[in-house]
Amino acid sequence: MDIVLLSRWQFALTTIYHFFFVPLTLGLGIYVAILESMYVKNGNPEYKRLVKFWGKLFLINFAMGVVTGLVMEFQFGMNWSEYSRFVGDIFGAPLAMEGLIAFFLESTFIGVWIFGWERLSKKMHAAMMWLVAIGTNLSAFFILAANGFMQSPVGYVINNGRAEMVDFGAIITNPRALYFFAHTITSGLVTASFFILGFSAYHLLRKKDESAFKISLKLAAVIGFFATVAVIGTGHFQGMELKIAQPMAAAASEAHFETQDPADFSLIAGFTPDGKNVTWNVTIPKALSFLYYFKFEGEVEGINNLQTQYEAKYGPGDYVPLVALTYWTFRIMVALGFLMALITLVIWFYSGKKFPRKGNWLLKILPIAIFFPYLANTAGWILTETARQPWAVTGLILTKDAVSPNLTPTTILISLIGFVLVYGVLMVIDLYLLIKNAKKGLAAGDSTSEPLDVVAVEKTSGGK
Amino acid sequence: MDLNILWFILVCVLYIGYFFLEGFDFGVGMLVPLLGKKDEERRAIINTIGPHWDGNEVWLVTAGGATFAAFPNWYATMFSGFYLGFFLLLLALIFRGVAFEFRSKIGSPVWRNTWDKLIAISSFLAAFLLGVVFTNVVNGVPIDGNQIYTGTFFTLLNPLSIIGGLAVVVIFLVHGANFLSLKLTDGMRERANKAAKVMWVSALIIAAIYLIWIVFSTQAFVEKGFVGMIAPLLAAVTLVLSRVFMGMKKEGWAFSMTGLTILFTVASLFVALFPNVMISSTSPEFNLTIYNASSSPYTLKVMTIVAIVMVPVVVAYQIWTYIVFKKRVKADPETLHY
Repeated sequence: MDIVLLSRWQFALTTIYHFFFVPLTLGLGIYVAILESMYVKNGNPEYKRLVKFWGKLFLINFAMGVVTGLVMEFQFGMNWSEYSRFVGDIFGAPLAMEGLIAFFLESTFIGVWIFGWERLSKKMHAAMMWLVAIGTNLSAFFILAANGFMQSPVGYVINNGRAEMVDFGAIITNPRALYFFAHTITSGLVTASFFILGFSAYHLLRKKDESAFKISLKLAAVIGFFATVAVIGTGHFQGMELKIAQPMAAAASEAHFETQDPADFSLIAGFTPDGKNVTWNVTIPKALSFLYYFKFEGEVEGINNLQTQYEAKYGPGDYVPLVALTYWTFRIMVALGFLMALITLVIWFYSGKKFPRKGNWLLKILPIAIFFPYLANTAGWILTETARQPWAVTGLILTKDAVSPNLTPTTILISLIGFVLVYGVLMVIDLYLLIKNAKKGLAAGDSTSEPLDVVAVEKTSGGK
Repeated sequence: MDLNILWFILVCVLYIGYFFLEGFDFGVGMLVPLLGKKDEERRAIINTIGPHWDGNEVWLVTAGGATFAAFPNWYATMFSGFYLGFFLLLLALIFRGVAFEFRSKIGSPVWRNTWDKLIAISSFLAAFLLGVVFTNVVNGVPIDGNQIYTGTFFTLLNPLSIIGGLAVVVIFLVHGANFLSLKLTDGMRERANKAAKVMWVSALIIAAIYLIWIVFSTQAFVEKGFVGMIAPLLAAVTLVLSRVFMGMKKEGWAFSMTGLTILFTVASLFVALFPNVMISSTSPEFNLTIYNASSSPYTLKVMTIVAIVMVPVVVAYQIWTYIVFKKRVKADPETLHY
């Protein structure tokens, strides 16, 4: 096996794994901060219990996000040293800023929040969680600014055999980065909304702490609905930008092979075993043009045409990504997006006084729906990163030229197997702790003076 | 002074910050099973660093990010060259990070003992590897004319780097024990103080061997002559002073002194290194320097503005967290989180 392929597998696995935890951190932090602010305002201990309940789940998830994020930062140098040399002048800056501006903020104040229940005033304590929520979302911004450059490079010149930054403003206002950011933080809110809806429903079905879980259910239904609509909206505009900056990626995600005007939209298609061609294709006439131009006309370039153009521009080679993968991940993501919008709308509609009696069937769906945003998030990232191939940075450096030349397949196999084993074990433990704590429900009524109920854990599990 | 020099200093400051801060919480991590006899005691030990360890670790993330941003070739050569070393460091940091959060979530003694051991082992491993990495950077590793590392994983494990790793471990142990005697109460405070004194002996011996060896054997230090010896001497002096303060039960002073020992040790490596950032044992011509490894002047300028604004802000709010949690930690489950 060659070192490019192994490094790609390792990068894919560690990135996808990292992104299991990130969206929930982004969204749930905001929820906990909102709930705590409500508690500061109304003084109702029920809200405080909710803050502690969701806060504890937030912390379990947060820890995993932090440690798997470390891997991401080291990996560019470890596996992709030639990439790091080529774009370090641009790519390193947002990563360093992420540390200085965002990661310090969230990591410092999360510690104060965990341990500060007795040391700080109520207002101050709530402010700590807001700082954490702001920090995590700012983190996302800098990382996405870096990734935005990989997709759609701006603000650079090629000099001394590498990409050098000439306009920092252009890099952080890169349209792709801004769409990415809007799309990702709203996805975070959707993920947290379904997480809260699912576990609230679980407890409501068992008639446990009904009044408290109704509060979080309603809050998540309302925020979740708007967030899901926003995810769909930002996703759409991101798609329009994709067509301009990365026409090949856009064409691949639609399995659009021939340039057409007006262009047909593929509803469902079958692919050859190598995933690079369609065998059959069900299309809606003119619909693809409508998606891009809001009218039933307009040219959309196809894969074949683009391949010819790229060969003329960059020399011979295969510039077509794995079409089947981009096509299906795109469709899975979009379908789940609409499904989730529908679910939140219905639950919002039912969440009046008579709920949950009237919408009982919905409560049974919600715990399963926790998985939907996770599937959609993962599909979205696979789409983003594979549709860019064979490029590491669109038009500038190929993935195969980006790898560290000193590595041997054995070395990468060691780390790849190591990560798979460790990540596998940790996933089991994380899910176990998350589900166990989520199912346990709110801490005892008198928990208001306790710093998160570790004591209760000990009592119930019979430990020391 | 040009920006390349400024960034060399800034990267050095970030690593000093990291070693100073995570130094004591690696030390505390290693001491968990050694000093904590009962579960409550171990929890108290972990809780002394509870509010801080996560923020401390970000110093490494930022130092890594700053290296990437300011000296991309340094970042590329070091991280790809020391591949398996960094892989092990990542595993150690992963286990440590989740261990703090996971250990108290389940009451079973087996569960908790397992995580406590993992905290100790991973703290040891991370400290050791960091010592190995930085010793090799200064001592030199095979790097070719394209700035590509040509050694293997085992090139990194040589007698000097292993002593370097051990020196970091023992200094962190003393630093951590000093921190604990500053943060714990009653019997545990005594125990920590005693542990600090016991481990101080091995720290002095190993650190002395390490510093003498590296100062007199490595090209980087030899070239600097007397200038290169100032920081190692100060490291030795502060380490001796820390023992004096331990004897006087001045815990804050003893802790500050081991902190200074760490500061001067890291500083001595960077002084020796300057103006290189990685030494090539293949040929001095292939050394990575603050010029041939750096970013463009424009990027350095942007990063300088960000750093000048943000570093003081970060330092200020991190100091504030230590003020908020200045009280000593009692081994009382009612007040513990982790």
